[in-house]
Amino acid sequence: MSSKQILPPAFSVHRILVMAVNTLTELARLKIFYFLLIFALLVIGNSLFMASLSFEEEFQMLKDVSLGAMSIFTSLLAILATAMMLPKDIEDRTIYTILAKPVPRFEYLAGKLLGILLLLAISTAVMSAMFFAVLWFRETSVIADAQRQMLGADGALTEEATAYIAKVQASAFNTNLIPGVIVVFLKAALLAALTLFVSTFSTSAIFAMIISIAVYFIGHLQATAREYWLEGIDIAWWTRGLVAVVALVFPDLQAFSLADDIVAGNAVPLGLFLQTAGLGALYVGVYYLLACVLFSGREL
Amino acid sequence: MKKRLVIVFLLLLAFGAARVPLEQHLDAVHQEAGFRTARIDLDLRSKISQMGFVAALSGFRSFVAAVLWIEAHTAWERTEWGRMAGLFDTVTTLQPKSALYWDMASWHMAWNASNSALDNKDEPNEFLRRRAQRQYFELGKKFLEDGLNNNPGSSHLWERYAVLLRDKFEDHCAAADAFLKASEIPDARSYLPRMAAYEMTKCPGREQEAYDLLKKLYDSDPGNHVPSLIARLKELEDKLGIPASDRIPSEP
Repeated sequence: MSSKQILPPAFSVHRILVMAVNTLTELARLKIFYFLLIFALLVIGNSLFMASLSFEEEFQMLKDVSLGAMSIFTSLLAILATAMMLPKDIEDRTIYTILAKPVPRFEYLAGKLLGILLLLAISTAVMSAMFFAVLWFRETSVIADAQRQMLGADGALTEEATAYIAKVQASAFNTNLIPGVIVVFLKAALLAALTLFVSTFSTSAIFAMIISIAVYFIGHLQATAREYWLEGIDIAWWTRGLVAVVALVFPDLQAFSLADDIVAGNAVPLGLFLQTAGLGALYVGVYYLLACVLFSGREL
Repeated sequence: MKKRLVIVFLLLLAFGAARVPLEQHLDAVHQEAGFRTARIDLDLRSKISQMGFVAALSGFRSFVAAVLWIEAHTAWERTEWGRMAGLFDTVTTLQPKSALYWDMASWHMAWNASNSALDNKDEPNEFLRRRAQRQYFELGKKFLEDGLNNNPGSSHLWERYAVLLRDKFEDHCAAADAFLKASEIPDARSYLPRMAAYEMTKCPGREQEAYDLLKKLYDSDPGNHVPSLIARLKELEDKLGIPASDRIPSEP
């Protein structure tokens, strides 16, 4: 009689999900979500201050400040939370417990990345909900005021009032804000994958943070470097070489700064949105794969 | 590990080479759709603080613009017109696609700052006060012209431009053209063709064009039978010698 050994599967979605949920729980225990309170204060405080402006200015400011703050918070969260994940697991020796089990390293990284993406998705969703709620509340207040003040003699809305209300509605919420919010999330997801990649060869959390923040700034200039490299602008050969390296190594983060123009009233065509989202997904996938290559050979 | 690092760096370069054409294409698609058109250059650096410039470079253009707009609002409360003009210039450079910023900047300059300049108690010389007023009119006009260069499809900005030409420059011919331009844009207000016709009536040599447009409006919609339109139409009928059979009926 031969005893049959049951081997665990080489790849398991369940294992990745368990690690993702565990990562999310760990981050939640670190009280990371408290930053949402700051966001709420910023949006509500901004809204109260802006009440002295015209409704068009108020809505414009509210959108500018809210989407800008969402972008700052999610980007910082992505870099800081991801940078400390691996060093923390090494310091707590949790990583040894996990990798001693039949868990491949690529699954471990996938679980960590998925956990941080969940955190970013929840944070973005909560911030969007707060932002849209404040926008809706202010829109409703402005319309109610207009209805009270601009009623005709017969108690019906005057033509002027109807036009005014239509203008208020057009200035407040529009569906283009939704792709704007998704692009903010994509940028944060890219930064999380990038920081995970950096942390696979960094020696400390601080190092990963500094490198990722530097990449963040350089990434916003990548498009300019690319232009200098490819558009035949007259520069020295060594400068051309330098800008070529910048264009090749760093991600183009300006491609994910669409919110600036969305709040100005630009519509987002579906094709453009899908191409931008596709580029974001490609970055996340490639940085994850590169992280796996490095992490698989790292001595722990 | 060092060998892997070299391999990963080469892979990163290969990925870069593969994605650069994609990014070039996406950049073109973005610009065609009106995204990423703001120029963040040394001229902007000279206008805003170092931190503001870094923030603008880091993808927070709209955020910086909002903060500077609030600063401009505070300057307005203190009637610091020169400072406001500088801040508006920066805000509109950061957010050139926001018609609101161009409109408000122009309004503050051409209406508020110009009136304040004319009423300036510290300047006894009326000529200098009027010259300052004129300079603010020009500044307001410049904001709208630059705004229209960046947003040629904004009916609202064309309308504001027409109003400025009419009320501050009394250039009725140019105002008529601007109102017409505004009326041709899909989301235009229904009264804009009427406004264009009213300005044409004050533009020497365009009376026939004004009459044709007013008559067309009168015939097309009873909602246009407003006293101002009827009065101008009757005035033009007399001026152009329109036959009695073609004239509009007298209102009861």
